[in-house]
Amino acid sequence: MPPLDATTDRLNIFQRIRYSIFPGTYQKPIDRQRYRNLFNSLLLHFRPRVIPERTLNFNLTWGLGGMAVVLVGMLFVTGLMMKFFYQPVPDRAHASVIYLQDAILFGQLMRNLHHWSGNVLLLVVFLHFLRVFFTGAFRAPRQFNWIIGLLMFLLVLGSNFSGYLLPWDQLAYWAITICTGMLEYIPGIGTGLQKWVRGGVDIGPATLANFYAIHTALIPACLLILMPFHFWRVRKSGGLVIPRAPQEDPEDRGKSVAAIPNLIIRELVVAVVLVAVLMILSVTFNAPLEAKANPGLSPNPTKAPWYFAGIQELLLHFHPLFAVMVIPLIILAALLFLPYWRFDTDTAGVWFCSDRGRRMSMVAAVVALIATPLGIIADEYIIDFAAWLPAVPAVVSNGLLPAVLALACIIGFYWLMKKKYTATNNETIQSIVVLLLVAFIILTITCIWFRGSGMALMWPF
Amino acid sequence: MKKNIDMSTSETETSRRSFLNKLWIILGFVALAEFIAVAVAFLRPGKSKASPDSEDAVIIGGPIDKFTPNSVTAFVRGRFYLARLEDGGFLALSRKCTHLGCTLPWVEKENKFVCPCHASAFDITGNVVSPPAPRAMDIYAVIIENDIVMVDTGKRLKRNEFQAQQVIYPPKNI
Repeated sequence: MPPLDATTDRLNIFQRIRYSIFPGTYQKPIDRQRYRNLFNSLLLHFRPRVIPERTLNFNLTWGLGGMAVVLVGMLFVTGLMMKFFYQPVPDRAHASVIYLQDAILFGQLMRNLHHWSGNVLLLVVFLHFLRVFFTGAFRAPRQFNWIIGLLMFLLVLGSNFSGYLLPWDQLAYWAITICTGMLEYIPGIGTGLQKWVRGGVDIGPATLANFYAIHTALIPACLLILMPFHFWRVRKSGGLVIPRAPQEDPEDRGKSVAAIPNLIIRELVVAVVLVAVLMILSVTFNAPLEAKANPGLSPNPTKAPWYFAGIQELLLHFHPLFAVMVIPLIILAALLFLPYWRFDTDTAGVWFCSDRGRRMSMVAAVVALIATPLGIIADEYIIDFAAWLPAVPAVVSNGLLPAVLALACIIGFYWLMKKKYTATNNETIQSIVVLLLVAFIILTITCIWFRGSGMALMWPF
Repeated sequence: MKKNIDMSTSETETSRRSFLNKLWIILGFVALAEFIAVAVAFLRPGKSKASPDSEDAVIIGGPIDKFTPNSVTAFVRGRFYLARLEDGGFLALSRKCTHLGCTLPWVEKENKFVCPCHASAFDITGNVVSPPAPRAMDIYAVIIENDIVMVDTGKRLKRNEFQAQQVIYPPKNI
C-alpha cells in the first residue's frame, strides 16, 4: 500500500502542520491503536508489563522510592527557576535571595518549595534506605543496587550540604565553616583537602563558586546518570522484593496483574499527594534566611544543619579525627559491605527477618534508647579521659579509647543477642543496625533540642 | 555451505592479539588517570592575592603607648587581636578558634577568649585553658619600627602552646 502523503491531499495549512508533527495520526484508526501501544510502552520503560499483585501493597515500600524521584524532579525545576536570579558572589548572594523572595512573583514559593523538597528528600531517601534494609531487599541479585543507592544517598547529602551555603547568611556561613573545619583533622591530606574544598585557606568567593558548581551542575549530572541505572537494576532483579510471612515460600511470586493501570495509578496518586503536601508546607512555612554572613561574629550556639546534628553531637564526645573520619568511614564501609556478607538464611521479603528478629529489634531499640542518653550525660559531667590520663595524647584519650570502649559494648551486645535468642546472623546484624540507628537518632535529637549556649546540655522545656 | 565459526578464544587466541588488547586497556587506564590528574589540578585553588610580601598584609596597629599592658585590642580588618602582656610584650593572635574555625570574642569579664561554638577557652597568651581546642591560637608576626606596632597578617603561624620567644618586646630606650 503506497504511503499516504499529507502534503498532496487536499488539506488546509493547519492540518498540514499537524500531520507533519504527528504523522502517525494521519493513518487509519487501526494504526492509532499502535500509537497507544507505543505510548504505553514508553510508560512501561521502567516497569514490566505485569507485576506480582503483592508488590502493589502500599506498606511494602510506602512509595518512598517513587517519592524520591518526584522530589528530585521538584528540586530540579525549582532550582532551575531560581538559577535565573541567584548570584553566586558573596557580596551579592544574600541580596539576590532577598530580591527573589520579595520582588519576584512566586519567588518566595520557589525558594520554599526548594527548601522543603530538599529536606523532605533527605528524610525520604533515609526512610527508603531503612525500608530496603528491613525488608532484606539488599541481598542477591540486588546487592549492587544497594551500593548505587548508597552512592546516591551520599550525593543527596552532598547536595543538601553544598546548597546550604548558597544564601550566604549567618546560618550558612558558620555551618560550612565548622563542617569544612572538620576536614583539617584528617591526617596527611586534611589541610590540603580543606584548601581544595574551600578554594583557599578561608571561606570566601572561591568557596561559594565551588559549592555552586557542585550543587547546580556536578551533583545533578551524577544523579541523572545514577537514577536510571538504579531503576533499571530494580527491573533487572525481577522487580520489588515479594513481601511474605516468615514461613512462606520465598520462590512463590503469587498472582500477576497488569502494570497499566494498577501500578501507574498508585504511583500517580502518591506523586500527586506528595506534591500537595509540599505545596501546603511551602505556602505555610518560609525557608529560613538569617542576616548576611558576618565573618567577625560567630553565633552562639553554632549548629550544623539537622542532618549533620548527629555527627556534631558525636564531635562533642570524641576527638574530631574519630567523630569526623574514623567512625563515619567505618560505618560507611560496613554499609557498603553489608550485602556481601554471608547470611545464614534467605529472609528477603520478610519484615525484620522473622518474629524473633522483630523481638530482637525491639530489645535493641530499647537498649539504645536508655544507654545513649546515659552515655551522653556521663560523658558531659562525669567522664573526662583527657584529664584522667594527661600523659596520653588527646587523640587517644578522647578518641581511640572511647571508640574502642563503644565498639566493645557493641560486640558484647551482639554476642549477648546471639546467645540469648540463638539467632541467625541476619537477626543479630539487624539488631546491631537498630541499636546504632536509634543511638544516632538520639544523638541528633540531643544536638538539635538539648544543646544551648556554648553547646552545653540544657533542658528545653 | 555452513562454516563452523570457532567462537572459543582460549586456546586459539593469538598471544599478539591478547598482548595488544591488554596494552589498549592499560593505556585506557593511563588516559583516565591523566584526565583525573588534570581535573584535580585544574580545580585546585590558584595563587591567593595576599602573598607574604604584599604591602596590604601588614596592618599598622598604632603607637606603642596606645596599648596598655594586660590589654587586648581587636582589629577587625586584619582579623586578629593585638594583646599586650603584663610585661609589655606584644602578641598578635588570630581570631579563629583552633577547634573548628569559629571567630573568638574576647570576654573582658573572664579575661579570656571564649568560643561560642563549643566553649573552647584561651587565655591572653592564646594558650588553651578549656578544651576541645587542640592547640593554642595561631599568631602573626609583630614588627615594631619607630615606636609603631605593625602586624604582618600575610603569614599565619601555627603553634602548640605559648612560648616566651613568641612575644615581641618594644626596644628598650637607652
